[in-house]
Amino acid sequence: MTGSQPMRTPMRRVRGLGAARSGTSHFWHQRVTSVAGIPLTIGLMLIITALLGRSHAAVVQILGSPIVAIIMLLFIINTAYHMWIGMQEIILDYVHEEKWKLLTLMANTFFVFAVSLASVYAILKLSFGV
Amino acid sequence: MQRPRPLSPHLQIYKPMLTMMMSIVHRVTGAALYFGMLLLAWWLIAAAAGPNAYANVEWFMGSLIGQLVLFGYTWALLHHMLGGIRHLIWDTIHGFEPAERELLTLATLIGSIALTLILWVVGYLVMGGPR
Repeated sequence: MTGSQPMRTPMRRVRGLGAARSGTSHFWHQRVTSVAGIPLTIGLMLIITALLGRSHAAVVQILGSPIVAIIMLLFIINTAYHMWIGMQEIILDYVHEEKWKLLTLMANTFFVFAVSLASVYAILKLSFGV
Repeated sequence: MQRPRPLSPHLQIYKPMLTMMMSIVHRVTGAALYFGMLLLAWWLIAAAAGPNAYANVEWFMGSLIGQLVLFGYTWALLHHMLGGIRHLIWDTIHGFEPAERELLTLATLIGSIALTLILWVVGYLVMGGPR
């Protein structure tokens, strides 16, 4: 290697748009979902507080009512994207070996899709019956 | 001969500070909430599945372990939310003076603990006391 190698700047990685190859879009999306998450989290806590100690029939009825269901759906979808970006950031910070990086990034996507879609399905089932 | 690139020092070289500890806590609570979404999913799926499945969730959430997990979940959610608000304030390039950043950081910690306790007192009042 040449003498310039030790002082090589991070420009090479910047040109490749960073460790996840997607530039700053995730940084911005994480801010957008965090702002949206504030009222949605407050909404979630109010809903759960209102459901404490209620019978199954009452919980089903309230969770299936339009306003509550819509807040829950927004919370789940917004949180899914927020936590997907957040976990990706943690993985990129700590998992450097290429094989494990790809596997954990993939597992992150699988986990987020499975958990959030299962939650969305439950809300829709409560909303539309069957 | 090849010399390694200069590296910035890592965490262990710094004296622990509140802002640094809360930065770590923000990440830890985020990771905990990530897996905590499993609890929310379980609760919703059980409600959709029927009374028997829902009774199982109620039994677990009402047990000592379940209550401890839910208490931790409440605090983690509130702390991550308040920490997020602090980061949003910092994103606007405000609150970086030494006294300001200490105040903001302390406010997220005390605020999250206080709000958690208030929410749980309200919760127990709604339910008519511990069961």
